[in-house]
Amino acid sequence: MSVDTSEVRRIAHLSRLAMNDDQARDFAGGLSDIFAFVEQLDGAAIEGVEPMAHPLDAEQRLRPDAVTEPDRRDAYQAIAPAVEGGLYLVPRVIE
Amino acid sequence: MAQETLSGWVRKLQAREISSRELTQLYLDRIERLDPQLNSFITVTAEQALAQADAADARLAQGEQTPLLGVPIAQKDIFCTEGVRTSCGSRMLDPFVSPYNATVVERMNAAGAVMLGKTNMDEFAMGSSNETSFYGPVRNPWDTERVPGGSSGGSAAAVGARLVPGATGTDTGGSIRQPAAFCGITGLKPTYGRVSRYGMIAFASSLDQGGPMAATAEDCGRMLNAMAGFDERDSTSVERPAEDFTAGLNQDLKGLRIGLPTEFFGEAGLDERVRGVIDAAIEVLKGRGAEVREVGLPNSHLSVPAYYVVAPAECSSNLARFDGVRYGYRCENPEDLMDLYTRSRGEGFGDEVKRRIMVGTYVLSAGYYDAYYLKAQKVRRIIADDFRRAFADVDVLLAPTTPELPFALGAKADPVSMYLSDIYTIAANLAGLPAMSLPAGEIDGLPVGLQLIGNYFDEARLLGVAHQYQQETDWHTRVPAAFA
Amino acid sequence: MEWETVIGLEIHAQLNTVSKIFSGAPTAYGAEPNRQACPVDLGMPGVLPVLNQGAVERAVMLGLAINAEITPRSVFARKNYFYPDLPKGYQISQFELPIVGLGHLDIELEDGTTKRIGVTRAHLEEDAGKSLHEGFEAMTGIDLNRAGTPLIEIVSEPELRSAKEAVAYMKKLHSLVRYLDICDGNMQEGSFRCDANVSIRPKGQTEFGTRAELKNLNSFRFVERAINFEVERQIDVIEGGGTVVQETRLYDPDRDETRSMRSKEEANDYRYFPDPDLLPLVVDSAFIETVREKLPELPDAKRARFVEQYGLSDYDAGVLTATREMGDFYEAVAAGCDAPKLAANWVMGEFSAALNRSEVELGEAPVNAEGLAGLLARIQDETISGKIAKEVFEAMWNGEGDADAVIEAKGLKQITDTGAIDAIIDEVMASNPKQLEQYRGGKDKLFGFFVGQVMKATQGKANPAQVNERLKAKLDG
Repeated sequence: MSVDTSEVRRIAHLSRLAMNDDQARDFAGGLSDIFAFVEQLDGAAIEGVEPMAHPLDAEQRLRPDAVTEPDRRDAYQAIAPAVEGGLYLVPRVIE
Repeated sequence: MAQETLSGWVRKLQAREISSRELTQLYLDRIERLDPQLNSFITVTAEQALAQADAADARLAQGEQTPLLGVPIAQKDIFCTEGVRTSCGSRMLDPFVSPYNATVVERMNAAGAVMLGKTNMDEFAMGSSNETSFYGPVRNPWDTERVPGGSSGGSAAAVGARLVPGATGTDTGGSIRQPAAFCGITGLKPTYGRVSRYGMIAFASSLDQGGPMAATAEDCGRMLNAMAGFDERDSTSVERPAEDFTAGLNQDLKGLRIGLPTEFFGEAGLDERVRGVIDAAIEVLKGRGAEVREVGLPNSHLSVPAYYVVAPAECSSNLARFDGVRYGYRCENPEDLMDLYTRSRGEGFGDEVKRRIMVGTYVLSAGYYDAYYLKAQKVRRIIADDFRRAFADVDVLLAPTTPELPFALGAKADPVSMYLSDIYTIAANLAGLPAMSLPAGEIDGLPVGLQLIGNYFDEARLLGVAHQYQQETDWHTRVPAAFA
Repeated sequence: MEWETVIGLEIHAQLNTVSKIFSGAPTAYGAEPNRQACPVDLGMPGVLPVLNQGAVERAVMLGLAINAEITPRSVFARKNYFYPDLPKGYQISQFELPIVGLGHLDIELEDGTTKRIGVTRAHLEEDAGKSLHEGFEAMTGIDLNRAGTPLIEIVSEPELRSAKEAVAYMKKLHSLVRYLDICDGNMQEGSFRCDANVSIRPKGQTEFGTRAELKNLNSFRFVERAINFEVERQIDVIEGGGTVVQETRLYDPDRDETRSMRSKEEANDYRYFPDPDLLPLVVDSAFIETVREKLPELPDAKRARFVEQYGLSDYDAGVLTATREMGDFYEAVAAGCDAPKLAANWVMGEFSAALNRSEVELGEAPVNAEGLAGLLARIQDETISGKIAKEVFEAMWNGEGDADAVIEAKGLKQITDTGAIDAIIDEVMASNPKQLEQYRGGKDKLFGFFVGQVMKATQGKANPAQVNERLKAKLDG
């Protein structure tokens, strides 16, 4: 399967990756190769096979409902690009 | 001095033949002197290491004997370390000083290990050559024009050059084993769920597994004793009683059934010289009493394609959190929210990471999920079932770790040819099985790795087989001349 | 043309666990920004989710209460999209296999009939943080305290046919989650939120029309008004020759209208897939039974029991079981005074009126169940009349003490001594000779006049039945 630049742009947008035309062209080539390679899966004998999401056949463990995390806002926000009054700042979101 | 193994240093420290401070200084000096040739460290934490060493010396003086007390190690820069930059090899996390420790880091600290620094790696562990790191490529100590493998290439090169006696790695598709093979060291990817993933920056959550990298199987067993164990912070961590992974080291190989997957010895690009090394290794094991037979893993040729659907799918979602809002790289003067997202991510990630994010986004998107993702998950099961059948007849599987010798920097420009360098390692990740690589020979001055794959939770047996092999051979003791 | 309205509701109820669904950070409302957000809630690199048992128990409780199937192996999935209040870039939710399957809820219509509304599913998920737009120039502030608060999303079948039915369903569910004590139901704080899928179709048509999803319906009144507005809008669009587009619309309570949300215009592709950090959630029969034992009596059962046990009308029983607190309060009053019907009249009458007047919640009322029962007991034992009791209640509400203290202090004890009543009657007859003569001459209506005079002379404290009886005897004698 081959991927064209407009498809690359669509995926890049969905992935929130800025991309100029040259980059889109480059990625189109690489992605086309990868999808062509992955097409080998089409020949697999998988009739009636259960998809395998996890290597181990285990069940979810449950945590008791208890507060265990202290307030460490200062430490967490020391590494934030932009904070004010304890809030993370982003360019204005229009709703 | 640099020839000594991690286990040897543990004995010497406990016999008080050397102090942790002396040992730490010795390796810090080596790093300072030799690492410019390799670029295996992203961050060296000298001051912190010496403080940890002093603390270890105080504990040693009181007769404490925790497993790694006073031993210098390095952490792959994918493990979060409180107060120390944790970059994951990416510009995206270049400014990220983790506010917390990964469970593996906590456990190794508790065992008394002294962290010398954080090792270089492919960006977000995506790569097989260590060329995708934001901090520049790592070079192979056996030939600095060649790659050390990836993604744990910094750890492998550092251990290979004896800049540190042991280091952690992570293995999603071969990222411990392939660089271990390329750098002539021993590395183990444990059973999925053995080692906590908490604080280990996720690439592909259902495949990622941390493990030890060191000179010998014994060293790896000691390190794994400290690293492994149930963690309530990781839902996929397995709840099993603590195990001593060095317990099986002296088990002889009489009657051991070794399976050779025919598919791993076929025509698929296996270098004849590599094959020769593996054949010789098989003879050594036979000589120690092992029985060898051929087994089939008929779906193994689907491993790499299945992996390049599953791993990118998970990575596309796992890497969505890197958005320039709460930590990490943020673009200059974003015009609006969309600009903040697309430029922070566009500028913060390198090409290979972007490529995989896009593949993953694509295979999960509306209309493609069944054709790609669901299909790959089904193929994953038939690959795992192949192993299940094989392990009904044999105890361990043996194969080459890589189809070829360490390649030159820049040699694999197209993504698919790079992906195929993990052709023998990926299947174990898809199935979640433990697997390791150990040095088994040299061709033209370059090391060759032998891979052993075990049944679930059979790490102790794998390490035992490797240790027995290392009793008979000296490949694991060899150090590249420039670093001896 | 006659149109039929089709409504399905998606209700998000925050589960009242003390910690978050996937982390050990607290869930309390109203903390300073980001003080209740730990690395897991912040989506720090490398962190992992671990599921809260309390959230699972509450989801199962809800499932049992709506007679739903509990999925033996449910799966958590990631819903991928970028938004600043969604720290990981995905929301952990359930998609193909939700914990609660098909169930139902019975609602009461205005004509008194009952309608069964199907509940398609209910699934566990994490709440997002909050975006704050005020106080910053050209910026938005993000508070992630709410991120990771457990939610259960309850999805109804498109079986509601009017705004009133939608409100009845929502109120029923609201009452239910509070009965179960799995959600505090505080709509102002966003603990109980509603989105409505609204479409219209010509009456008699079986296919559905194109729907609009209405957001931001955070009160019962808004739900009703938003749906009514939207139905009118859709009718206008179609009858004007246009077509309804499938879109998300925001209800603006100030203008009482819905409008298209431009920012969500972009087609969403959520790329759901099973979350590899979480394993299948197995709920076995033992777990279900443990939860079942914790289930309180549910509203419908309680209502039926009130009719049976206390002889109340179905309507009264419905009012008194509207909330678990009200039901408990009523039962405490009824038991305390041993007069269930009198208790019902008082709880629904004077007491509820006083609550409304003072704008206080049941739990904060100045007269508690014991106090009210004490008052009603005085009516029962004829210490005071029902009329005097209202005066006593007023005083109790104002903090003047319990019923006996007020009766004592104000001297309101009923006169039941026949001798004393006779003496007063004699006095009244003596001082009103003219009326006595007229009465005895056949003007029966004057009986009321004499009752009034006697009650006036006793300041209302004479036992009315006794007064009637004695007066009749004396006047006719």
